[in-house]
Amino acid sequence: MRLLCPNCGERDLREFYYQSTAEALIRPDLDAEDAVWDDYLHNRDNPAGKTEDLWYHEAGCNAWIVISRNTVSHDVLDAQLAARKRLSNEGKK
Amino acid sequence: MKLYRPLPLIPTGGVHVLELIAKSPLASLLPISCGSVSLSEDVVGCISLIASKKGQEAQLSGVLKAAHGMALPATNRVTGRAGARCVWFGQQYLLMGPEPDPSLNSVARLTDVSDGYAVVLAQGSEIEHVLARLVPVDVSRAVYKRGQTARTLIQHINGSLSRVSETAFQIIVFRSMALTLIHDIERAMQSVAARDRL
Repeated sequence: MRLLCPNCGERDLREFYYQSTAEALIRPDLDAEDAVWDDYLHNRDNPAGKTEDLWYHEAGCNAWIVISRNTVSHDVLDAQLAARKRLSNEGKK
Repeated sequence: MKLYRPLPLIPTGGVHVLELIAKSPLASLLPISCGSVSLSEDVVGCISLIASKKGQEAQLSGVLKAAHGMALPATNRVTGRAGARCVWFGQQYLLMGPEPDPSLNSVARLTDVSDGYAVVLAQGSEIEHVLARLVPVDVSRAVYKRGQTARTLIQHINGSLSRVSETAFQIIVFRSMALTLIHDIERAMQSVAARDRL
């Protein structure tokens, strides 16, 4: 598989390290209820289709990246820097 | 019987201490050549890691240009020339050659990493064939042009690969990886040279 890096372009999978779903970037408030934190930490969707994940371009530019891809067709749809993505997530809590 | 040179000693205040001799990272490993390709150490002098202050890349580029004569490189690019080069290095930059001008401190954070990296100049007409065996990016001349750089893998080692001329690449890896790097490239050089003899 080849993944997309916003800095480096299309690169081989072996340059990347997988972290988790990109939902990890939408962190609940510190004083949120236990159920919200439990959901954030432990409950994961397992979608057949479009999914957004956090990857680290470990053997490349060292950027954290949100890559959206299709788990059915294996298409890589989009990639953006996690730092930028996190800013655009601020309203979604 | 093996004869040893007397150890170089420095007299300091009544006692003699051993004088340590600085060695470049690849001093005992290079130069080597095989077929059309040769490897030599690029002893660049000072290497500084430049981290721009947030959102100040444009100002940093101006200061760098005034102080050292080259602009800040764009993503995946190198500016300057041999002796004074600036290499895009992931989210940061490497200034290779000159001592960094103090004016850079106003727009960036600098770290002296001169002793941290081994720098190899790999050149020859078949250098692309050698690198194609080691690197998971297309380094052919048509798509990987002079002044282009990539942070990628060289076999299993994280490194920086820049094309500095039509037939030469500059490879930067951590100093601790120097022996492994030369081993891997030399094997690829031997494989390419062996095919030429078929």
